[in-house]
Amino acid sequence: MVTECCTCSCKTEVPECELWARLNETLDEYRGKPGNLIPVLQIAQTLFGYLPEKVLKHISRELDKPYSEVAGVVGFYSFFSTHPRGKYLIRVCLGTACYVRGGKEILNSLKKNLKIDVGETTEDKLFSLEVGRCFGACGLAPVILINDKVHQRVKPSKIAELLAEYKSAEETKGESR
Amino acid sequence: MPKLTINNIEVDVAPGTTILEAAKQVDIKIPTLCYLEGCKPIGACRVCLVDVKGFKDPLTACSTPVTEGMRVETNNRTIRKARRAVIELLLSEHEGNCQTCDRNNDCELQALASDFGITEIRYPGEKAKQVFDASTPALVRDSAKCINCRRCVTVCNQIQGVGSLFPQGRGYDTFIGPAFCNPLKDVTCVQCGQCAAICPVGAISERDQVEEVWNYIDDPTKFVVVQTAPAIRAALGECFGYPPGTLVTGKMTTALRNIGFDAVFDTNFTADLTIMEEGTELLTRLKKALVDQDKNVALPMFTSCSPGWINYAESFFPEMLPNLSTCKSPQQMFGAVAKTYYAEKIGKDAKDIIVISVMPCTAKKFEAQRPEMNASGITDVDVVLTTRELGKMIKQAGLDFDALPDSEMDAPLGISTGAADIFANTGGVMEAALRTVYELITGRDFPFPQLHVTPVAGLKGLKEASIKLEGLLPEWSFLEGVELKVAVAHGLSNAKKAIERIKSGEAQYHFVEVMCCPGGCIGGGGQPRFTDDQVREARIAAIYREDERRQLRKSHKNPAVQELYKEFLKAPLGKMSHKLLHTHYKAKEKI
Repeated sequence: MVTECCTCSCKTEVPECELWARLNETLDEYRGKPGNLIPVLQIAQTLFGYLPEKVLKHISRELDKPYSEVAGVVGFYSFFSTHPRGKYLIRVCLGTACYVRGGKEILNSLKKNLKIDVGETTEDKLFSLEVGRCFGACGLAPVILINDKVHQRVKPSKIAELLAEYKSAEETKGESR
Repeated sequence: MPKLTINNIEVDVAPGTTILEAAKQVDIKIPTLCYLEGCKPIGACRVCLVDVKGFKDPLTACSTPVTEGMRVETNNRTIRKARRAVIELLLSEHEGNCQTCDRNNDCELQALASDFGITEIRYPGEKAKQVFDASTPALVRDSAKCINCRRCVTVCNQIQGVGSLFPQGRGYDTFIGPAFCNPLKDVTCVQCGQCAAICPVGAISERDQVEEVWNYIDDPTKFVVVQTAPAIRAALGECFGYPPGTLVTGKMTTALRNIGFDAVFDTNFTADLTIMEEGTELLTRLKKALVDQDKNVALPMFTSCSPGWINYAESFFPEMLPNLSTCKSPQQMFGAVAKTYYAEKIGKDAKDIIVISVMPCTAKKFEAQRPEMNASGITDVDVVLTTRELGKMIKQAGLDFDALPDSEMDAPLGISTGAADIFANTGGVMEAALRTVYELITGRDFPFPQLHVTPVAGLKGLKEASIKLEGLLPEWSFLEGVELKVAVAHGLSNAKKAIERIKSGEAQYHFVEVMCCPGGCIGGGGQPRFTDDQVREARIAAIYREDERRQLRKSHKNPAVQELYKEFLKAPLGKMSHKLLHTHYKAKEKI
């Protein structure tokens, strides 16, 4: 459902003011607790889809932690992103097992097919590309994650096909709307 | 009490002591580039490797606690090779350029490379990414020289509680700096320069303004005066190999004259003036609160000499700004007085007078360029140098510091008392203020032995004291029987503690001294490296010696200050004082 928010002109599924309200609830819950920064960042990223500067500065103020520290934690974990990501986040595992079984080739194939580099998002905002170091599925190497779905024993030659599946699923959805 | 041996020497230590600290007790030197006394060790630099019997690999001495019966070796083939390899790896990433580096001959990494006889870089390869940041008035940062030791992170977060610097990113790409590797100006930084004081290499330094000063000196149309802060005289000698705590007031004065300054003055003069203004302000606030029952008067009053502290208060505790004394710092009072009163005295235009400051402080560089600091109509203080920069200037001038005779500072702005000397160390401004305030309201001599208020002296982070005010002069009778409560904090995390105690109602003070840097100005961000507690204590002892050797030791007895009031300012907190010597503060967003 698309709703208009009283204070902003955004047309997202959840109005932005609602996201901020939920963020503030989270902050109230975690304020003063040791080790609260990472869970708050995780929840914030789930809410907003990424971690905008305004959100990070707000978290820094509310949890009374220096902005540089908050930024340091955000930059340390590849899970966190400060840029809006596409609808589908593709993470390529470059951990040891996946690497020796061709993770790098998969990454190159993805870059070529999507015409983006690591950390970037396609123009249609459908795909973002990231790398990871081991998703704990070494027996299925090489693996990639597309959002929460694990794709096992991926072959570089099958990448185009895989992406096409996601694209056509999107198109079908678009038509039925 | 665990007992261990280090190189077969038996050592008894307290539980929890690390190998590095135990070795120090028996004068065994273990090199380190990341250790900071009093802070949690993080073993970041890996240079302090030692051999411990029973362990296959070397351990970091800084972060390994001693255990009973431990047998440690600090000098064997394995350790020498391991340490050497660590240093070589640090050098391989480090953008050296030693000859043109600000830290040439004052660099811990350079010294270690020399100690270990490293003559070639065996591991040439990728260098750290260079981001040069000169976005703030006081500090410059060069990431290509950074060795990721994280001392700056520790001092900025733990000691000062500011948190401008933090590791960004991870692995090889780790960058020590402000949020998202942005310029320092984009986060809250109080410009205290403690990071520059403890950086082992040339990654963080003060903005070098020596050339600007030479330009003024070489300009015949300018009358260039210099003021030196009280803390300089107890530390400048270290730039020339003197042990910490050597007083070099006389040599410094001669050096400044030989460099070519037209008049050599003393920030001490305006430190005495500060006491006159600040002491009167305190008494005025007390009167308003106690006699007039004025609810709007803010107590306790905080000192305002330390620009790092002012920056901190403006960003972190804006609600406390009404409690800050409106007095400018002695540096700024000096600029304002030099370009008005003194200009008039020597028949010069303010614009032809250039005021140079030598400060133990980097935040003073920031303070001097604050837009409101132009009471004389133009910038009151033109250039601020650190103690280290003055050391360089003396060397550039080709002066043999050791051979310089002593000389006296010029009148009138070079005349001062012992109360001004002690502005250099924690507890000193409080003691100086009490010496004057007490005599002003009782008409009697300050009753403390040797005039020292020992409860507020020393390196304890937050100190408290109280004095019962009795037998007062009639005009001050409203204070009769009042127990004047004071507190002294140094290091900003201690200032925070004091404020929290006040806010929670745990403590009720009338007057609080805050100095931004640990130990006060003698431990400032612009002082010769390396400053640890032993060095702080030596410098403080020197400052007290300087005070004690004086005939005049109370600010209100300074004849030049008395004359300034008689001829020019009229009275403390008067109209002219307000115009020249007082300021206001502005809340800033904390980032």
